[in-house]
Formats: sequence, C-alpha cells, structure tokens
Amino acid sequence: MIKVMRALLAIALAVGLGALFPSASGATTKANAELTVSAAASLTDVFPVIADAFTKRFPNTVIRFNFVGSSTVMNQVIAGAPVDVVATASEPTMQIGVDSKQVLRPLFFARNSMTIAVPAGNPANIKSLADLQRSGLLLGVCDTVAPCGASAAELFAKNKLSVTPVTRELDVRSLLGKVISGDLDAGIVYITDVKAAGSKVEFVEIPIKDNVMTIYPIAMVAEAQNAQLANRFVKFVRFSNTSQGILRAFGFAKPW
Amino acid sequence: MALVFLMVPLIALIAQTPWEAFPKIISSPEALEALRLSLLTSLAATALAAVFGIPMAWLLAREVLPFTGLMRALVIVPLLLPPVVSGVALLEALGRRGLVGGFLYDNFDITFPFTTIGVVIATTFVAMPFLIITLEGGFRSLHQRYEDAAATLGAGPKRIFFRVTMPMVAPAAIAGLVLCWARALGEFGATITFAGNFPGVTQTMPLAVYTALESDRSVAVALSLVLLVVSVGVLVALRGRYLQTRAS
Repeated sequence: MIKVMRALLAIALAVGLGALFPSASGATTKANAELTVSAAASLTDVFPVIADAFTKRFPNTVIRFNFVGSSTVMNQVIAGAPVDVVATASEPTMQIGVDSKQVLRPLFFARNSMTIAVPAGNPANIKSLADLQRSGLLLGVCDTVAPCGASAAELFAKNKLSVTPVTRELDVRSLLGKVISGDLDAGIVYITDVKAAGSKVEFVEIPIKDNVMTIYPIAMVAEAQNAQLANRFVKFVRFSNTSQGILRAFGFAKPW
Repeated sequence: MALVFLMVPLIALIAQTPWEAFPKIISSPEALEALRLSLLTSLAATALAAVFGIPMAWLLAREVLPFTGLMRALVIVPLLLPPVVSGVALLEALGRRGLVGGFLYDNFDITFPFTTIGVVIATTFVAMPFLIITLEGGFRSLHQRYEDAAATLGAGPKRIFFRVTMPMVAPAAIAGLVLCWARALGEFGATITFAGNFPGVTQTMPLAVYTALESDRSVAVALSLVLLVVSVGVLVALRGRYLQTRAS
C-alpha cells in the first residue's frame, strides 16, 4: 500500500514538475528541439500560425507558447523562467530585459495601432473618439501597467479627451471579452484584436493622425536552452516573407 | 516536509518586505482605497451570506426538505469551482446580456459588472458555501432534544431558534462567519472576471496586489503582507478551533 502511494506521489510530482518546466521534460518527448516563446497577449492568435510555418521549414521543432501581459513576460524572464524567446508589445518593456542583460539584440517585427471595439450592432452608437466622453457610457481600458492601457492613456491625452472608464483590465483579451459579451459599451484595444475576433465584435476606426502606434520587439533570451533555434525563430519572425505576410493578414503593420 | 513547503513562501514574503518603504506604500491613497473597499465588500458579503446561509444550513442539517443530499452538493459546487469559472458563470447569469442580468438591464436599467455591488455578489457567491458547510456541521451535532425540550416548555419556533439553537451553535457560527469573511477578503478570480478592476470601485486588495505586481513588485509584496497579517489574525481569533490539540 505504502509502495503504491509512494509511486503515485512520484508520478504526481513528476507530472507537476513537468507542467511547471515544459522545456525540462525532454525525456518524455522524442528527440525534438523545443522552443519556449513567451509573448504579449496581443500575439495570441498570430504567433501559433507563424510557428506552424516555422516548424514546416524546420521539422522536428516543437514550439510552446506562454501568452501573458508584456510586463509579465519580462518579469518572468527576469525571475528566471525557462524561456528561449520573448516578444512584447512595448519597447520600454523590452528595454528592461536588455538593461538587465536577460535578453539579446531585440528586433522590431511589427506595429499595431488602437481602435474602439464595440459589441456587435454598436448598441451605444459610438461614431468617434469624442463619443467616448459621454456620461453613463460603460467604457473599458487596460490598466496602464499593460501596453494596451499605456497606449489608451496616450490616445486620450493626445486627443485631449476626458473619459471615465469603468474598468482597467490587466490584459487586452479580458477587455475585449467584456466588449464582445456586451457588458461594456466600448473598449480601447489593438486593431489586431478586433480583426482576430471577426464578426463577434465591431470597431470604430481612429484616424491615423489621432491614433497611437505600438511597436513590437522580439528577442532571444540570454540563457536560452537552444540558442541557435531561438536565434533562428527571431530572424524568421522579423525577416521571412512568410512571417511578415501572416502578420499583415492579422492586421499588424510593417515595423519599418 | 509539508510544513516546510507551506511555510517557506510565507517566510520569503516577510523577508522580501520593503520595510523602509512599507509605511509609505500602505498609506498611499490607492492602497487605502483598496483596503477600504476590501473591508466593505467582504463584510457586506459576510452579512449577505449570514442572512441567506444560516437558514440554508439549518434546512440542510434538519433534512426537512426533499433532496437534501442533492441540495448540499449544489451548495458545495461554488466552493470547488475555480473562482475564475465562478466569475464567468456570474457574467453569463448577471452580465448585461446574461440570463437574468439581461432582463434586469432591459427592464430596470440595472447592471452589476463594474460596480461595487458586483464585487459583493462575486465574493458572496464564492464565500457563502464556507459558512453553510461549517454551520451545517454545528446544527447537526446539536441534538434535536434541546429544541424539543424548549418546545414542550411552550417556546415558539422563532424563540427556539434564536434563544436555544443559535446560542448552542455559536462556536460553529462564528467559525463559519470568520472563514466566510476571510475567503471573501481574499477573493480574486471571480471578482476580476465579473466585476472588473477599477481603483475605488472594484479594485480590492488582491486585485491591487496583482495590478501592482505588473509594475512595482515591492508594492505587491507590501500589500500581500497586509493580507497575510489579516489571515494570521483570523487564525488567532479561531485558535479555539484549530490550535487546540484533541488529546487535552
């Protein structure tokens, strides 16, 4: 009985540790090269598609993703998370990693801008940025700790808007979810997020001259398990026509 | 081993506390606002849980209704659910286009998400089962003969409940209320999912900790310590229940 329990405990521990450190559980998988990519939440839809293209080009590679807020991406790497490549939705966030010597030579690979997401049918009838100042409107933004929130704050300042959001979500996905569900009348999100959500959500365009641009850097982690593969993935995302084509299809603009 | 595993993170939290900046951090307007909101919503949730949970616990313990076993199982469900799932479920039920929330919004212009009341609803949903389960045990261990004796002496059901039953289950009631309150105070997942995150309206202490973690870790650690102190305070208050050794 005790033996059985011990065995069970060992299995539970192994499984638990394996889940915690995916790149450390190499013994259970084939001789595949593994790459762990930690990326900003706004890359959730496009990166798996790029990864598919990458693994077609370089078979026997397995790419694992960790999509969280940009600041969490960097916090986790600085805290020593076993990650090979990081991509954030903000240059200053990436710079923190560069300054602490945790990431090497970031490359800008995409640009994004903001839009006003509204539930299907636009029930609050929002037509422009100025409409966001209407009292009683349930407007959601990201918290300023997240790039989508910093961009929203910049957007309001640039257009001299006085708005009273009802929530500051910690990542753009949860914000968009509450717009899609109709619990918010409007949310300031990336244009790529509304493109990815398809017909579930509508958006009101912000003219380029009033809009705020976000630039996306990608970089290899200094202590990457597989430096060669990490470097290859970073270059692929930035320079390959395949990757840039996919980025365009998802609404990202050129970084140059 | 287990004790070490449980203790090390708490010790690390204390060790990492930025003592010099601590007074400044916890007296900042944001922190005080979050603390005020946490106390307000957790006490409101406990009060709601008491009003609705105490009768429910009694009904379960006395098995006066049919399908008591099934009802008990249903009461425990929110306790086992991941809180984020509870938040999603609440949105589906009480969101602006939810099952019940849609009706309330269309007819009475009532919305719960992104309001302090939304926080109270989310925390009550998650915390009430703790009160019901603890108190049901108390009611159960109380022999019915005391209530019967009071009845033969001519006391009415209301008088029996408040003068005989409740005083006799007071320890369980207090333990249940404190557990419920502590759970409400620590509630995070259901709150951020259902009620959102806005300072002064829905940003309770745990949400403030999580938000601070994204920008300034030392603030997050300082705020966490406040919650840790509260938890230890709860333990001290309940020492009769958890610190006693049975052999004595």
